[in-house]
Amino acid sequence: MISEPALNRLSAMFRGPDVSGTRYELVSVLGRGGMGVVYLARDTALDREVALKIVDRLVDETHARGGNASALAHEARILARLEHPGIVPVHDFGELPDGRLFYAMKRVRGDRLDHWMTSDRDLAERLGVFLRVCDAVAFAHAHGVIHRDLKPENVMVGEFGEVLVLDWGVAADLARDPGLGTRDSQIVGTPDFMAPEQARGDADADHRVDVYALGVVLETIGDAAPLVAIARKARSSDASARYQDVRALAADVSRFLAGRAVGAHRERLVDRLGRVGRRYRLPILLVLTYLVVRVVLLWLFRV
Amino acid sequence: MVVAIRSPRTDVRRSAFDTLVTAYWKPVFKYVRLKWHATPEDAADLTQAFFLRAFEKDFFASFDPSRARFRTYLRLCLDGFVSNARKADARLKRGGAVRLISIDVGEAERELRHQAPNAVDDFDAYFHREWLRSLFASAAGRLREACVARGREARFALFEQYDLAGEDGERPTYAELARRLSLSAADVTNELAAARREFRRLVMEALREQCATDEEFEAESRALTA
Repeated sequence: MISEPALNRLSAMFRGPDVSGTRYELVSVLGRGGMGVVYLARDTALDREVALKIVDRLVDETHARGGNASALAHEARILARLEHPGIVPVHDFGELPDGRLFYAMKRVRGDRLDHWMTSDRDLAERLGVFLRVCDAVAFAHAHGVIHRDLKPENVMVGEFGEVLVLDWGVAADLARDPGLGTRDSQIVGTPDFMAPEQARGDADADHRVDVYALGVVLETIGDAAPLVAIARKARSSDASARYQDVRALAADVSRFLAGRAVGAHRERLVDRLGRVGRRYRLPILLVLTYLVVRVVLLWLFRV
Repeated sequence: MVVAIRSPRTDVRRSAFDTLVTAYWKPVFKYVRLKWHATPEDAADLTQAFFLRAFEKDFFASFDPSRARFRTYLRLCLDGFVSNARKADARLKRGGAVRLISIDVGEAERELRHQAPNAVDDFDAYFHREWLRSLFASAAGRLREACVARGREARFALFEQYDLAGEDGERPTYAELARRLSLSAADVTNELAAARREFRRLVMEALREQCATDEEFEAESRALTA
């Protein structure tokens, strides 16, 4: 007979992950995603906090729907390969005593980009973060990985200004699946940030789906005309009309930050003069001052 | 199981029905005892008669998984059946001398005595809990068989003494378990983890058998792991 206490005990075995006998102690839940739950945990061997991402259910064990466990393994492998300051590092990967797969990663303190941007940040600071996201994504592309779910919620801005791109669970790994735009014929991503070819599940969708998503993110950052033009070009519905890679997008944003002309925006003469005036404010002031002084002196000492 | 119950082949249907009865006879018996205030003998007769009638009349063939959980559907059928049977008051005619299933009334009664039956005020939750108890008991039985078949008796003994212990105060420590079974503390940890992993797998397997569709299985497993 199963007594009441035993029934409670056995039920509890299905609710949370079983980390008994491992080096980790669960502390609290940091967040929940489609495939798993991220826990704040203590690594007792190294006496430090880590984040544990664990498949949240045991359904995978019966292979009825499957997928979450393999997606977690896929994500862990991608993260392990992408060693970059803008991509969260993986410390460990394995199976818990209850059969759930997990991976341990650096615990990042800070704010999600969407929360971070609601506070009082100036445009240069926001664009600085955006460029660091671009840098991480460009690095991933160079290693054959397409994120496919870029959005502010998947970017963490740390306490010391570090910027980390998270949630690589639906990323396409071209090194393993050459030419595969969508994995397992599934349409993945977040509708508001999805390029049309990604939303359609086109097999030839490529890294430019990330360019599109970054364009949507950029739209939320600032409303200056050149920035709007850059975002519009990045999120063009025709992939061939977009920036052809993230570096080109980042270069245009950097030009805007430096007060230079951007490729995506044709300026009117007055705008151009205004921009040049702002960019060369000090030399222009010096020249003007010099000219005024010169004129005054000429007038004072006229013969 | 629920799909197989609709099979035109009698042997397939009968086999699925046996699985269903194994999973549900005890929750049905206890539910009839408590909700319908039946005596143990009457509850045993009603349980027998309910499953017999369900098999003969294909009660469960009209179950639509998109509208309700199978458990809820079964309970509604049961309520209707007992209500009609009470009105007709024809106990012998219901089941007669035919015995479709084996019911251990003594065991079910012993469990009932331990469960403070007066405290039941939500019979839906009660039925669910009894079904869960039956599911776990069945998986524990399968675990015992699997461990014995593989010569891993100690693994099941650990699980039985630690996780199936009656009261929390009766649970031995890992050190006590190690002493009792002549194992190292590390072996206790590893074997217990392996037993739990196997138990969880068997529960999910049994749950899968009981569900008609992937969606129902998904919903049931979500409820179990929520």
